[in-house]
Amino acid sequence: MTEPHIDVAALAKLARLDVSPEELSRLEKEIPKILAFVETIQTVSGEVTPEIPEVRNVMREDVDPHESGIHTEVLLAAAPASEDGHLVVKKVLHK
Amino acid sequence: MNLAALSVAEARRALDAKEFSALELTNAYLDTIKVKDTELHAYLEVWAEQARAEARAADERIARGEASMFTGVPIAVKDNILIEGRIASSASKMLENYRASYDATVIKKLKEEGAVFLGRTNMDEFALGGSTENSAFGPTKNPLDTTRVPGGTSGGSAAAVAADLALLALGSDTGGSIRQPASFCGIVGLKTTYGSVSRFGLMAAASSLDQIGPMGKSVADVHMLFKAIRGRDEHDGTSVSESLYPARPLKKVIGVPRSLLAKGVDPEVLASFEQALETLREEGYEVRDIELPSLQHALAVYYIVNPAEVSTNLARYDGIRYGLSVPADDIGGVYSKTRGAGFGPEVRRRILVGTFVLSSGYADAYYRKARAVRSLIRAEMADVFQEVDAIATPTSPILPWKLGEKADPVSLYAADIFTVPVNLAGVPALSVPVSTVAREGKNLSVGFQLIGAHGAEENLCTIGAVVEKVHS
Repeated sequence: MTEPHIDVAALAKLARLDVSPEELSRLEKEIPKILAFVETIQTVSGEVTPEIPEVRNVMREDVDPHESGIHTEVLLAAAPASEDGHLVVKKVLHK
Repeated sequence: MNLAALSVAEARRALDAKEFSALELTNAYLDTIKVKDTELHAYLEVWAEQARAEARAADERIARGEASMFTGVPIAVKDNILIEGRIASSASKMLENYRASYDATVIKKLKEEGAVFLGRTNMDEFALGGSTENSAFGPTKNPLDTTRVPGGTSGGSAAAVAADLALLALGSDTGGSIRQPASFCGIVGLKTTYGSVSRFGLMAAASSLDQIGPMGKSVADVHMLFKAIRGRDEHDGTSVSESLYPARPLKKVIGVPRSLLAKGVDPEVLASFEQALETLREEGYEVRDIELPSLQHALAVYYIVNPAEVSTNLARYDGIRYGLSVPADDIGGVYSKTRGAGFGPEVRRRILVGTFVLSSGYADAYYRKARAVRSLIRAEMADVFQEVDAIATPTSPILPWKLGEKADPVSLYAADIFTVPVNLAGVPALSVPVSTVAREGKNLSVGFQLIGAHGAEENLCTIGAVVEKVHS
């Protein structure tokens, strides 16, 4: 398989990650090397069956697990900004 | 009090016999930390006051005759395991001031036992690395040679146990993060069967690989801590009951994947490994060569699956619900500025690689292919365990390197060759120190890894104790 062109800036945008120009130029060299390192799996051929996990998800009855709101205060205490029992975030939609 | 010679069983006996109190024991460790940890930097935070309060409570419980195995026993906790009300940072700027909202299940179990928590130990940021140099708060040094790395990612936990800064420690192992630092620091570490120990309250790195496990000075100590923390937990859907895997009678047969040892292993590490095999033969074990052809792809599979899962799990650190939050004009700006400022270089690298291997157009060639090859590795191991009790390898192909010596990520990844297959297969593995190698006037430790079938921790501890006895 030929080495794919890696647009690191586009990946960083997808990953919601600010990357400085210096780091970007370093990553543009490092990431293709890492991908070349993992390339060997492309040589595995033949009957490769997809993995079926042995450990399965555990389901419970779809009922209220606890009284609503009892954990709100303690969880919101960890938030950078909250108000009246809600998280405060910056504007999401713009005109 | 001779901390270096102290075992859990001996501590229990002496505490119950009132030869020393839990407070005296805790103070002995706190004093040692004060003397040694300025140089070693095994701890990110020492909870001296809380530890003394826990020790006093343990002494009262012992006086009432209600002691459990770990009542009054001082333990160090890796910085990615939550204790309610205390900072847990995963050695990241992202969570520098984050206080846990609840107890991890392993902590809840140890609190019920009356254990004493000495502090939180240094690690590679978000459990990504292999030297503890990726900590945002500076590296830990190897107690056997302070110019060298202690291994990672649980390097602080390993160094703490090795330098008598804790009797035991909790670590987590995603690709070798308990076993490799145990090997580098000359202690014992157990990576437990996937699902055997609850991960509720462990910060997720790569969820199909992560597991909490015990670290200590001896196989017996590690075995006891494992028994205290294992068990199914309704808060962790991947945890399993102890009876899931059938008991395996010990056949006294050890398998060695010879072709994997053919290149890249330090000659002195290899000699130590052969010597340990000889010990097992002398003790009546049959040592036979085995073939695990897919293992040659284990590193490639691991360094696809790990970043893929890391990039997904670490999406939660967005500056909204907890941790660092960098102001910006809109919510997208808050995400990317917070993540840019909060994550260190290796974390960023993994997130970007993970984003790539999961991206449309590449996910089939990388991520899905890796998952398929992973199932091959798992199946080959299951076949081998029909014949042998354990697979033996060196824990690490190389000795601990000098701090700052390995800057290239790929050369660091390659050092995980013997540990990552274990996490891919979800099986348990034990690292036991088997000999020392002199380098520049210091005695470095070499670890011997025993890999078992799912649920075979008991057998691993039995075999590990044989190997350990000869070395000590």
